[in-house]
Amino acid sequence: MLKILKKFSRRILRSLFMSKDNLKIGFYGPPNDGKTSLANVICKDWTGEEIGKVSDIPHETRKVQQKEKVEIKYKGKTLTFKIVDTPGIATKIDYEEFLKFGVKKREAKKRAKEATQGIIESIKWLDDMDAVIIVLNSAKNPYSQVNITIVGNLVARKIPVLIVANKIDKKKSDIKKVESVFPEYDVVGISAKKKKNIEEFYESLFKLAKKV
Amino acid sequence: MVKRKILRKSPQKNVKGLSLQIIPYSEIRGLNISERVKKLLKIILGNKVVILQGRLRPEEEIRLIEDTMAMVDHIKSFRGIELAVIEPDAGNNSMMFKLRRGIAKSLIGDNNAMTVIGPASVVKDIRRDPRKLEVLLG
Repeated sequence: MLKILKKFSRRILRSLFMSKDNLKIGFYGPPNDGKTSLANVICKDWTGEEIGKVSDIPHETRKVQQKEKVEIKYKGKTLTFKIVDTPGIATKIDYEEFLKFGVKKREAKKRAKEATQGIIESIKWLDDMDAVIIVLNSAKNPYSQVNITIVGNLVARKIPVLIVANKIDKKKSDIKKVESVFPEYDVVGISAKKKKNIEEFYESLFKLAKKV
Repeated sequence: MVKRKILRKSPQKNVKGLSLQIIPYSEIRGLNISERVKKLLKIILGNKVVILQGRLRPEEEIRLIEDTMAMVDHIKSFRGIELAVIEPDAGNNSMMFKLRRGIAKSLIGDNNAMTVIGPASVVKDIRRDPRKLEVLLG
């Protein structure tokens, strides 16, 4: 409760005395849905460097990764963001899942331990965000309690949300289903891997920044 | 009317060891966030599936995930939880419905919903759709 009040007063002060610049944008969502892939597209486009490694093995990102002062230009306007890429949030971690990807048992156990700590770190960072982009795999069922819990917590903290339906290049991709689960939020469909609809994403990002 | 569908991969084998504990909302009403999460995790660590009348608040759900991860890190055989909430008329987004539900929630709490939480080793997956719930046992 105290944290929420602290955050609320900080937001009021920001809106009164500070410009909407250097906004902290958090990338949240389940593991392996493309948070780092999208953060990489943005960072590569505007700083020339990627933020982190991606792989097909879930929980590749196990520590919060940040990129300061990412200056994005869209239709003559410029905004500076701090990009915060977080480990995917899950309710279970099983090292045996990693074995299926050819990871050795010892390495899989280490990965599982780091992943649990990464989830705790992601949750702790929620209070520090100015706005959040939730990245979901549009080819999977969006009715997951983790997704609903993340959105619920952002609403409780009055943090503006943009939902990115990633992987629209996949056959099973269904943006309408994502929109039906989150009817009160802007949903933008993209493919971070194939760099599809990235312009539309930047438009939505600037709209999101206006809500802070 | 809430439809529930419980699927079992190999029924005879799984039902044998499945233990459910139903918790009425009145049992957690007077507890604070730490006590609620602690109570639920204690039951789950006993390899039971909890069926809770009502739903946890978002901050309680995220705390449950946080504490679950801390447990996974410390308890060797514990891999985490499966969690799902089912609300009757979840698909109804009309303003009138939301207003009615908001008033009811503020008066009697959100105990019209049902929360299912189980250990990941027992519950393989909970597939949630607005009007049905599929619990896949491991």
